Amino acid sequence: MNRRITFGITIIIILALVAIFASFVATHDPLELDLSLEGRLQGPSPEHFFGTDNLGRDVFSRMVYGTRISLSVGFIAVFISMVIGLFLGGVSGYFGGWVDSLIMRIVEVMYCFPTFFLIMMVITFLGANIVNVMVVIGLTSWAGLCRLVRAEFLTLRERDFVHSAKVQGVSDMRIIFRHILPNAMAPVYVSATLSVGGAILVESALSFLGLGVQVPTPSWGNILTAGKNYIDYAWWLTFFPGVAILITVLSFNLIGEGLREKLDPKLSESR
Amino acid sequence: MKNYIIKRLLFIIPMLVGISCILFVVMHLAPGDPTSMRYGLNPEVSESARANFNRMYDLDKPIPVQYWRWIKRFFTMDFGKSMIDDRPVIEKIMTRLPATILLQAVSLLVVFCIAIPIGVISAVKRNSLFDRVMTIVVFIGYAAPAFWLALVLIFLFGFKMQLFPVSGMTPWYTAYLDEGAKIKDLLWHLVLPVTVTAIGSLASLSRYSRSSMIEVMGENYVLTARAKGLPEKRVILNHVLRNALLPIVTVLGLTLPVLISGSFILETIFAWPGMGRLGYEAIMNYDYPVVMGVGVIATVLTLLGIFLSDITYALVDPRIRFNK
Amino acid sequence: MVKTKKNIYRSKRSLLFIKAVIFFLLAPSFLGFSLTNSSPRDAYVAAGIGDARILIPFLADDASSSSICKLVYNGLTKVDKDLNIVGDLAERWDVAEEGRLITFYLQKDVKWHDGTPFTSGDVKFTFETILDPRSGCPYISNYADIEEIILVDEFTIRFRYSKPYTPALLKFGMGIIPEHLFRDRDIRTSSFARAPIGTGSYKFVRWESGQYIILEANLDYFEHAPGIKRYVYRVIPDQAVEFLELVSGGIDSMSLTPYQFRYRSETHDFTSRLEKYSYLAHSYTYIGYNLKDPMFSDGRVRRALSYAVDKKEIIDAVLLGLGESCTGPFLRGTPNYNESAAAYDHNPAKAAKLLKQAGWVDVDGDGILEKDGVEFRFTVATNQGNQVREDIATIIQSQWAKLGVKVDISVVAWSAFLDQFIDKKKFQAVILGWNIPIDPDSYSVWHSESMEKGGLNFISYSDHKVDVLIEQGRREFDPSKRSEIYRTIHKQIAKDAPYTFLFFSYATPAVNKRFKGIKTAPAGIAYNFIDWYVPEDEVKYQF
Repeated sequence: MNRRITFGITIIIILALVAIFASFVATHDPLELDLSLEGRLQGPSPEHFFGTDNLGRDVFSRMVYGTRISLSVGFIAVFISMVIGLFLGGVSGYFGGWVDSLIMRIVEVMYCFPTFFLIMMVITFLGANIVNVMVVIGLTSWAGLCRLVRAEFLTLRERDFVHSAKVQGVSDMRIIFRHILPNAMAPVYVSATLSVGGAILVESALSFLGLGVQVPTPSWGNILTAGKNYIDYAWWLTFFPGVAILITVLSFNLIGEGLREKLDPKLSESR
Repeated sequence: MKNYIIKRLLFIIPMLVGISCILFVVMHLAPGDPTSMRYGLNPEVSESARANFNRMYDLDKPIPVQYWRWIKRFFTMDFGKSMIDDRPVIEKIMTRLPATILLQAVSLLVVFCIAIPIGVISAVKRNSLFDRVMTIVVFIGYAAPAFWLALVLIFLFGFKMQLFPVSGMTPWYTAYLDEGAKIKDLLWHLVLPVTVTAIGSLASLSRYSRSSMIEVMGENYVLTARAKGLPEKRVILNHVLRNALLPIVTVLGLTLPVLISGSFILETIFAWPGMGRLGYEAIMNYDYPVVMGVGVIATVLTLLGIFLSDITYALVDPRIRFNK
Repeated sequence: MVKTKKNIYRSKRSLLFIKAVIFFLLAPSFLGFSLTNSSPRDAYVAAGIGDARILIPFLADDASSSSICKLVYNGLTKVDKDLNIVGDLAERWDVAEEGRLITFYLQKDVKWHDGTPFTSGDVKFTFETILDPRSGCPYISNYADIEEIILVDEFTIRFRYSKPYTPALLKFGMGIIPEHLFRDRDIRTSSFARAPIGTGSYKFVRWESGQYIILEANLDYFEHAPGIKRYVYRVIPDQAVEFLELVSGGIDSMSLTPYQFRYRSETHDFTSRLEKYSYLAHSYTYIGYNLKDPMFSDGRVRRALSYAVDKKEIIDAVLLGLGESCTGPFLRGTPNYNESAAAYDHNPAKAAKLLKQAGWVDVDGDGILEKDGVEFRFTVATNQGNQVREDIATIIQSQWAKLGVKVDISVVAWSAFLDQFIDKKKFQAVILGWNIPIDPDSYSVWHSESMEKGGLNFISYSDHKVDVLIEQGRREFDPSKRSEIYRTIHKQIAKDAPYTFLFFSYATPAVNKRFKGIKTAPAGIAYNFIDWYVPEDEVKYQF
């Protein structure tokens, strides 16, 4: 089982390093044009590992820089959704009562609504750029986390350490975030890891519709999208970014799944 | 049970009001409007013609007034008219809905038929080669971007090998075919879209049935059955399978929003005449009434799916009584 | 999607197959005669990214709907293959009272698809409906000067104008709808809006929403029966998939991108099945400067920027050479286009000199010019989703950088682009395109009155001489005198350089090889669609 986690983490670390040291890894300037007829749509070669695109830009270097975009969209979106999910889930589980039922109703709304429709709509109407993409994905994906945290809180709040903290007059917010939350984090990490992969997929889907990160900034999604028009002529434009997305999402899922099994030896999946 | 159903049904109304409110506010507070989307920089369309257009669709009224009018009509099941072609929104959705339901239903069926056996075998032969390979395979299916997979399959099987049609559902020439040939043609057109839709959903269901099986296999009554010396095959089939697969019904409800979300892109690529594409096109054209309509109908469909799976679950599993 | 100036005769998607399907030669041609002996056969499958919306000619404001309307309905006039105005439902016409009275003499043997005869009453009804604000016709202002419609007899009709309006003749190309089916009905929601009855060369058969529309040859068409039995319009939302459909035979034609035209049409699959065509599209792309911005109020600066632009590099890079450079707002090859207007051929030295004269010098040696302590730095904006314009922005940025001009690029979604930049005139420079209408009237783009809200002179160009000429052009019915007016306008605008005119692109359709009789002309390829045919042994759809 550990092999999955090891595999996933290795890939993610490599990608993170590539993203951080993009300027060293890249063999070309990702924005440098080569508009000559021979320079465009070149197949993979020792000079251009992944070939060149329709404007003669080096696809390998664009993908190296695109790693930054894809990873940061994934992480930041999930961070936003974690902040919201932890807060609302914690408050909901700790206080119970009408606060809880109100928050749970909102969660149900989020669950039932086809979120991609909402994301698509918000991005179309508010404009496509990386900040909007991250924020909107974050704002629409906290419902699962919120439920999870709430469930943990429901059991943890009855524990002795919580009672004693209450007796000592510790404020509610402090109890929620200092005392209970750290004990509730394990399933949150699992869920968050899985969400990073999901967020990367959503970003690429938005790019496909022209609603993602905008050109000339390279992201895996928009390299793929620009490449789809050349699919029968320049396979490398769709192949490499597609595989990159696949491997990245797969890694996050393997880590998440591995963690889940570790945390829960009986393998009972929490819903 | 009765209380539960009533409670659920009553909850749908505030929920739809809430969702419609969110949609409405997002659309109307954003810069830009349907008129400029449609007639912007068009020298043939004068300012007065644009004003006339705004008047015809109430776009000149304040936003709260527009929303109030929408809500009032909504309670009479009237979603208004599309700004694009003046057809009633509900009629537009209803002509598109069957295509979406057909695609989703067939995909779900395929997913169930493939994912459950994978999950069951993986659980029985835990940690075997089959288990390990299948885990990776279903995860790859989940991790592959659906639109990318769709393009690759269209390119390989539709374009290169010409085994399946590149796009479409019922092409124009089927209008001149007899019923049998029509159905055959439709099935042929379903293959690629169903494959792509199904591949993405295999992971959740097969993993779910696997862990559910493993959990049940650890229960006392299973151990007892084994201890009694029942053959392993009978233990699995009679005791484990039944109890492990019951909860899967609920997964159905959770798979629906995922499938509907996917339909927005896949229907566009496959030129599938479904509701997802209608919604996407409506967003792109700033066709407010249709966007609202698709949002609401998609939500109702999801709710209905969850609702049905909850009830089915309660019916098949007497332990559950919804004593909330 | 390209957002350019649209009009009913032309919008982007129609370039391929319909630009003027009904704009055919004076019939019956040689081919026409040969066809009368054999019945129409096969089907022509066209495709577009969007479904049609409404099949009423004066409400159809999108390319798909207007392309279908062109086949199902006829106007009083139409444009021939060389873009001259000729009669369609009108046999002939005369213009009297200095352009204020136009009389049309109609064809006498035309029948609606349901068998009812076509008369002048239908014409009157159509234009009365257009002029009724409740119909919501977006083009109502094109007919606003009609004062009175007079029915002379069954086949003669007069239009009295409050003032002379030369573009009117072309505006009468608007499709005529049948009075007997639409009278006292709500036009917009009538069933005929989705199942039209017209006089055109094709009859409506079936519309499967989101999938296809089928039309069938009108054997009683008043010119002659079309050579192809069915016309099918298919909706394929994704352009990558559309190309795969084209090459694998699912559709018979589409408009290729320059890349597809150059790179991807060499495969055996392609060459064995498809024929490529190219001709000048009726649109141009430009960089527009906000003349209210102090940076661009000096004509020398604008001319310098124009000189610094290497149009050939842009055409080669963005269009792969499939375009021609442009110097003014009229269609090249027509008498309105002035070949002697200032062309601003690439000349960096001259550009630098002009900027220096205007006071822009690199004082602090950082590579960017300054004047009065202000850097020569501005933002070029364009709309999202148009790859060509985004690429131009990238190239322009590097070309101007060599001059010491720093450019920032801003790409904004169409609706927000109009709202934030154009309508409020809060922009510095934009990259956009205009469709070039067949009628050269330039009031809405170049007249100083069009600077007001609703006009399209958003760069605030104002030149008294041009204003006067534009007004003259709207009154002048003599073609050669009129062209002279527009040639002068062209020259003046080019001299003032409020735009850097970049290029006309080529329309690059591909059509399946089994269709014969296709001839490119200034009007495109679709003007003689009824004369296209498929040889008996190459017929693909037998039913």
